[in-house]
Amino acid sequence: MTKAMTPPVSAPAPPPRQKFQFARYQDLALVPVIIILLIIGAVLSPIFLTPGNLIAVLTQQSELSLLVLGQAMILIVGKMDLSLESTVGLAPALAVALIIPASSGGLDVGLAAWMALPLCLLIGVAIGGLNGFLILKVGLSGFMVTLGMLTALRGLQLAITEGKSLIDVPESFLYLGSTTWLGLPAAVWICIICYAAGIFVLKYLRAGRSLYAIGGNSEAARAAGIRVDRVVWIVLIIGSVLAVIAGILMTGRLGSVAATQGEGMIFQVFAAAVIGGISLQGGKGTLFGALSGVLMLGLVEQILRLQGVSGFYIKASYGAVIILALIVTRFATGQKQE
Amino acid sequence: MSEFAATARGVTKRFGRTLALDDVGIEIRAGESHALVGRNGAGKSTLVSILTGMQVPDAGEVSFFGEPAPPVADRAAWRRHVACVYQKSTVVPELSVAENLFINRQDLGGGLISWRKLRHQASELLETYDVAVNPDELVSALTVEQRQLVEIARALSIGSRFVILDEPTAQLDGPAIERLFDRMRSLQDKGVTFLFISHHLQEVYEVCQTVTVYRDARHIVTAPVAEMSKPDLIEAMTGEAGGLNVPSGDDRPSSSDEVLKVSALSGESFSDISLSATRGEVIGLAGSASSGKHEFAETVYGLRKPSSGSISVDGSAVRGGDVPAALKAGIGCVPRDRHHQGLVLDLSIAENATMSTVGSFVWPSAQRSAGSTAIASYDVKAAGPDQPVSDLSGGNQQKVVMARALANDPSVLVLINPTAGVDVKSKESLLGVVDAQARRGKAAIVVSDELDDLRVCDRVLVMFHGQVVREFARGWRDQELIAAIEGMSSE
Repeated sequence: MTKAMTPPVSAPAPPPRQKFQFARYQDLALVPVIIILLIIGAVLSPIFLTPGNLIAVLTQQSELSLLVLGQAMILIVGKMDLSLESTVGLAPALAVALIIPASSGGLDVGLAAWMALPLCLLIGVAIGGLNGFLILKVGLSGFMVTLGMLTALRGLQLAITEGKSLIDVPESFLYLGSTTWLGLPAAVWICIICYAAGIFVLKYLRAGRSLYAIGGNSEAARAAGIRVDRVVWIVLIIGSVLAVIAGILMTGRLGSVAATQGEGMIFQVFAAAVIGGISLQGGKGTLFGALSGVLMLGLVEQILRLQGVSGFYIKASYGAVIILALIVTRFATGQKQE
Repeated sequence: MSEFAATARGVTKRFGRTLALDDVGIEIRAGESHALVGRNGAGKSTLVSILTGMQVPDAGEVSFFGEPAPPVADRAAWRRHVACVYQKSTVVPELSVAENLFINRQDLGGGLISWRKLRHQASELLETYDVAVNPDELVSALTVEQRQLVEIARALSIGSRFVILDEPTAQLDGPAIERLFDRMRSLQDKGVTFLFISHHLQEVYEVCQTVTVYRDARHIVTAPVAEMSKPDLIEAMTGEAGGLNVPSGDDRPSSSDEVLKVSALSGESFSDISLSATRGEVIGLAGSASSGKHEFAETVYGLRKPSSGSISVDGSAVRGGDVPAALKAGIGCVPRDRHHQGLVLDLSIAENATMSTVGSFVWPSAQRSAGSTAIASYDVKAAGPDQPVSDLSGGNQQKVVMARALANDPSVLVLINPTAGVDVKSKESLLGVVDAQARRGKAAIVVSDELDDLRVCDRVLVMFHGQVVREFARGWRDQELIAAIEGMSSE
């Protein structure tokens, strides 16, 4: 940890008494909102507070929450990655297609089935690495690069699969998204582990704190000896890998890789992050906040579903709900969103 | 019409629990240059924002030429009465000079914008005020000096005859400051009134007729400049008798132990500079803004890549253009501009002060206690280590940057403009830190134009056009040094 300061003047005075600082609890701003949503849900539907229902909410949100985790870190460091939602679909599709025969919609390369998972993660590293290369080394606009990547990757998936779902998925690939550990779906455990690791790193590791320094003032971060480009690049790669993991979980849960897997998720990703207090300008917000944003959206969605809102309306009401949630958060935290 | 261009009476302003102005007043006679001085936190900025209608006082009144000030909502009326050239620019960098001059009135009253007419009027306006700038130029391409002149011209074209200059000289070099003063004098002859804010008391004597001193949110004194001696003025500002109390360090023990060796270093804007610093030695580096002194210092710290030459600390070579390597080798740095490079404003004092420290783990409690130590050691006025640095005054922010530079206990310090934009007291304590560190056996390079900063140095190197042209031992005379900085030989 930090070496002792070298006092040039005199021994330090005792630190002033710590006042109650609201800012330190800003993280928890959404907790009351989540509790209120639980109460509303319980009043409206008797099964809302049953373990089964709550686990269902967590499972549904697990994939989104991994994307939000990645995006939140990318936003904190002052960038954004729109291509995450295409990575969710392409990486599993490409990995599976490299294994299965053409008769099942594959590419007839015939790699061994056990390679599906490692291959998939590697594709994630490659996508994040390419994004980082174009943004940091070539110097392109991050928004445009990842928007281009969003379209290109989605198109690539359609080209590989000819628009069809891949059904013949190796068993090893389905395991994580469909199994249960200690009474909870593995997907939920994976999210808990990823968030716990993320929260720890961003709070207790110098490398994690450097994300805030870079997002807050990258020039100052550089002058303080932080290797700005390297950190941003690594964060972009981590974001893509998290998107890939989300894709693997989704494939396992659904049993196949749909041609539209992940489509439309990026809007929810940004919504959850902003609701959770992550600033789009960088340098502000916490992962716990982002997680509470995800949970809040999940609860709202489940309440709507249990109320029997028709499938035709659920998308429209979902958009409206997100804007409503932004308004609620704006006043719950007392802060303007950037 | 009143003889006063602007008056404020009984003005009080609170921000939460802080009293920013306590029943203060100011009377600025039409046609004079009136200086407003005071330490950081004295209330100068608050008064400026009240005089420009950006904030409403809790009590008191403001008037211009005897007329009461317009309501705050009426921006147009305020702009006719008063204009302010802030340290931070209020022009739009990616628009042309012409458009900036007539911003939000580009149609010149016609409804549709005629670009030809706009350009024509702009060049007329620039000619009237003798500003040699092409109206088609983008503002982002202008120098700080040209940008300020464009802002002044814009203010005068709106009809304001009262201009507030908020630390206009902070980013200018010597000749540019002189040109600004000449222009102020000639505009004054045409009846323009100035309120001039500066931390450089010498400038007050050069260009102002009256001076008002604020201290701790209160009005202390207003007097003709000719009747205020420099010690009196400093006493009014600090509430303590005596001038600037900076340790000269001439009793510092010297040593022959070489710590920093720079050999034939070349880079952007400077070439072939060699320098050696021993333990406990403080070397001053002076020169105009274009002399290459900043670039040289930033190269030593690894912010810029050298094109050739080498740097070594304690005998081992330091990789060029690599800040982490420089930190590891034991070089600490206060960068040129604290807002741009020195601080992450939204983060806490503790976090900023420990940003460069080594080790993978950051325990918040240890970080906080390191922050508290920094606050105590460097005399930072703050509520606590968790306070964001954006809340602090300039002098205290600079102390946090200094704390960060010293956090790894480096053996070489590179201090670039270490006292820029800080008040007299903070200057004393910052220079005191430099002296104390030198006494502990560190070598330091102080890059600055301010004579007070250079007085703490054992020797001063003067750079001109990327070369070291002169070296002064302790005991130099001000005129000599200034002449060398400006590229004139005094002999």
